[in-house]
Amino acid sequence: MMDEKEKERILSIRDLDISFSTTSGTVHAIRGIDFDVYRGETVAIVGESGSGKSVTVKAAMGILASNGTINSGTADFVYHRDNGEKVELDLLKTSKRDMRRHINGKRIAMVFQDPMTSLDPTMQIGKQIMEGMIWHYGTSKEEAYKRSLELLEMVGITDAEKRMKNYPHQLSGGMRQRVVIAIALACNPDLLICDEPTTALDVTIQAKILELIKDLQQRLGISVIYITHDLGVVAKVADYVNVMYAGKIVERGTIDEIFYDPRHPYTWGLLSAMPDLDTEDSHLYAIPGSPPNMLHEPAGDAFSPRNIYALNIDDRKEPPMFKITETHSAATWLLDPRAPKVDMPAELRARIDRLLKEEAK
Amino acid sequence: MKKYVLKRVLISFLTLLAITLLLFILLQAMPGSPFNDEKLTPDQRAALDAKYGLDQPIVVQFLRYVVNMFKGDFGVSYKISKNTPISQLIESRLPISIYIGGFAVTLGAVCGLVLGIVAALKHNTGWDTLCTVISVLGVSIPSYVFALALSYSLGFKLKWFPMLYSAGEPFASSIMPSIALSLFTLASIARFTRTEMLEVLGSDYMQLAESKGMYGSKLIVRHALRNALIPIVTVLAPLIVDLMTGSLVVEKIFSIPGVGSLLVTAIQSNDYNVVIALSFIYSAMYIGIMLVVDILYGIIDPRIRLAKEGGN
Amino acid sequence: MESTENSAAVLQPDEFLPNDFELRGNTDSTHVDTNFASQNFWKEVRARFFANKGAVFSLIVIIILCLLAIFGPGMNKYSYSDQNLLEKNFAPRVPGLESLGIFDGNENMTTTTGSKLVNGYKDTGKEDVYYWFGSDVLGRDIWTRVWEGTRISMGIALCAAIIDMVIGMSYGLISGYYGGHVDSVMQRIAEIVNGIPRLVIVTLLMLVLPRGFVTIVFALMITEWIGMSRIARAEMLKLKEQEFVLASRTLGAKDFFIIFREILPNIIGQIITQLMFSIPTAIFTEAFLSFVGLGIPVPMCSLGSLISDAFNSFTTHPYQIIPPIVVLALLMLCFNMLADGLREAFDPKLKEM
Repeated sequence: MMDEKEKERILSIRDLDISFSTTSGTVHAIRGIDFDVYRGETVAIVGESGSGKSVTVKAAMGILASNGTINSGTADFVYHRDNGEKVELDLLKTSKRDMRRHINGKRIAMVFQDPMTSLDPTMQIGKQIMEGMIWHYGTSKEEAYKRSLELLEMVGITDAEKRMKNYPHQLSGGMRQRVVIAIALACNPDLLICDEPTTALDVTIQAKILELIKDLQQRLGISVIYITHDLGVVAKVADYVNVMYAGKIVERGTIDEIFYDPRHPYTWGLLSAMPDLDTEDSHLYAIPGSPPNMLHEPAGDAFSPRNIYALNIDDRKEPPMFKITETHSAATWLLDPRAPKVDMPAELRARIDRLLKEEAK
Repeated sequence: MKKYVLKRVLISFLTLLAITLLLFILLQAMPGSPFNDEKLTPDQRAALDAKYGLDQPIVVQFLRYVVNMFKGDFGVSYKISKNTPISQLIESRLPISIYIGGFAVTLGAVCGLVLGIVAALKHNTGWDTLCTVISVLGVSIPSYVFALALSYSLGFKLKWFPMLYSAGEPFASSIMPSIALSLFTLASIARFTRTEMLEVLGSDYMQLAESKGMYGSKLIVRHALRNALIPIVTVLAPLIVDLMTGSLVVEKIFSIPGVGSLLVTAIQSNDYNVVIALSFIYSAMYIGIMLVVDILYGIIDPRIRLAKEGGN
Repeated sequence: MESTENSAAVLQPDEFLPNDFELRGNTDSTHVDTNFASQNFWKEVRARFFANKGAVFSLIVIIILCLLAIFGPGMNKYSYSDQNLLEKNFAPRVPGLESLGIFDGNENMTTTTGSKLVNGYKDTGKEDVYYWFGSDVLGRDIWTRVWEGTRISMGIALCAAIIDMVIGMSYGLISGYYGGHVDSVMQRIAEIVNGIPRLVIVTLLMLVLPRGFVTIVFALMITEWIGMSRIARAEMLKLKEQEFVLASRTLGAKDFFIIFREILPNIIGQIITQLMFSIPTAIFTEAFLSFVGLGIPVPMCSLGSLISDAFNSFTTHPYQIIPPIVVLALLMLCFNMLADGLREAFDPKLKEM
């Protein structure tokens, strides 16, 4: 990890609030989100489906669906021009045209979830990679072609020459995702956003793609936002973790803090639900119930109905963010000085102790 | 790809053969003999039979029939124009029908495409509603109703265009019939294009292209249109058939001397030979167009053109 | 455990209740899944359908037209085949409305020399004769003929559509269910039949068979079943691999049972939609046939034959051709919109999400 002094904050999102208008009514998907991304860091956003993870980054990218409205919030992004000049702008206030021209693809790039559908089926792979470079930098075709070959090799695709002329349907899922990553890196972005990039792939391919992303990040020094519902993946790639639930961040911290000292009952639930070979329990733990339908915004803590550690106040008032350390906070009334002392589930405690013991070895 | 083309050609050929068989059977079932002349003596009749091979076994007759049909020798007409070779009757009329039909298809397809694309791009606005209204109306109102309406309003009342076809002004007198015929095509294509475009515009790869920084006309043309237009080729064949059907009545309404009105006359006067000959021609045209469309589709869509080679 | 509250959301001491910081304990709500409460399928379909104003409006119009078709011909004293050559080509005249200046039996006849106002009733001195839609060239009442014609057209269309549905559906279901060689062969046959233009088949059939109601239904039936069979087959392929089929089979259900009692009810929505779509096609084809002279024999009438009859005088007496055209267009339009609405109701595409 980088030295505290050298860390530059490149993305800072504050108070993001987004609603969608649907035929059934207004869905309040994001209800006030803050998070930061520092240069060279991997930030993970974790949560169940429907928690709002993708919506957040799509808003920042300016590719939010047309029925979405950004009610409030800022997304301050910092980047340096070629001449070293520092530029700072609020992504949410930037016009779509400017976003496409200057930010999308050039400074911030995105890798999407389903490689089977993210690529244009009627365009050759090579052209899809070259397109961005030609569009943003006016690169010549030959230059772009050479660079595309390099990119394909960088993402681990052998016989790159042959693949340049292939169409997406001629590649396997894993290869397609590599191509998507190559496309994302084509213009040397500062920030790479990966929206569940391995969810649609086989487990074995998953590991390879994760390795690839980690490797690229270290080599190129880019920052990465990693969106996933899989804590196992988070453990492998992330420096910093934000846990989301029902449109809010309920706990945030460094990866060690989250995995070894989680404070929010939801995080406990997520961690407990990770199957572990050493677990002695005869049953797999799952958080009961399902995420709330954001058409009907709950009063109080959104997680409260599924929370066996809920306090009476959880049904009435939403908990604020309680600071635990400089980097670690959680939004739960359990951290209030008046709250009873509640410890994480026993199995989880046992597992963490086990892991700590192994670390120490 | 080659296998695909071969398969389509084979099926087309078989289908045409099946139709010829059907027509042949019908011909045999028709009352009366081909030589509709009671004045012939039995010997003369036998001589004619031998000359035209009518005393041969039925299979041989069928084979000769097939060959003749494919050659374009359809026999002679009995009712419409006694003893005139049918191919002669058709010769002068076919170009006119193709001209008007072609005009109608082009008009309908181009306008339909434009309307559909605009409607999709301006989803949920006035254009979208307009497209939907036109599509529903165009698909529901039969072409001849529309033809009558046009003929009455633009031709009779306003006198903008001649109400009847005249060889003297082929272009001006083809306008109304072409417009009438094109309506169904226009409506169908507009609706289909709109649906396809909407689907494409909401697809993942459009989102990826946007996240790459693409926008504006380049985005639409390079990514959306290419993908949306490919399936449209497939609906062209059935639309052309509907056009052929519609042309029968439209030709009658505007007194156009095309194959459509010839068929109507033949039906009404029970001239079997002509009906059968025209049936063959229509079938051949339809099958031919379907074949072309199928092959075209195979070329345009890379997923068919290049079969999957396998994964890692 | 150190904790400090964020400055933003400080609650006043009096906003807290005395029991706030006690464990609530497990409530029933932890296990209730409110997100995906199961809804009655048909209820949802009905709700979606009735929210579609266009479809509902079309349904109402169709019902009105059907009622008129059933009761229309009996509403006045004329029958559909009564001819009265002395009262031919009268313009529409409705008692009550005529005092408003419309439907009073006047028509503007435009000839090459100019236009003149003609009133058939006045000219022949028949003041107490009324033809609501006017009379045609043989003195027959158009009102009665139009609704009689609607009856016949609708009848043909419904018969043809229903028979199509039965045949096409069975063909498609069987072809899809058995798959393999059976499917290949059946589909090849369908492809070849499909290759013959509908026009050709219908024309040839009409030549050979005697004219009449049954023949037309037969001709329509032969060409339309393919569309229905495609839909049925596509749905079958989708559902065939599902577990309820497997469950049924392991319980010993025979193929026939599975196809028609297990799978069919699940695709009934699509089938009904396709049925609704094939009705306007049938109406159109029948009208088309009548127009070229292959349709219903006289003196029976259908919408198509009415249009055909009135065609010759549509420049001189336009009122004769308008009623059947309007009814035809309305029927086709409304059935199309109804079918569209049904399709949306059974299978809504979630546009936002």
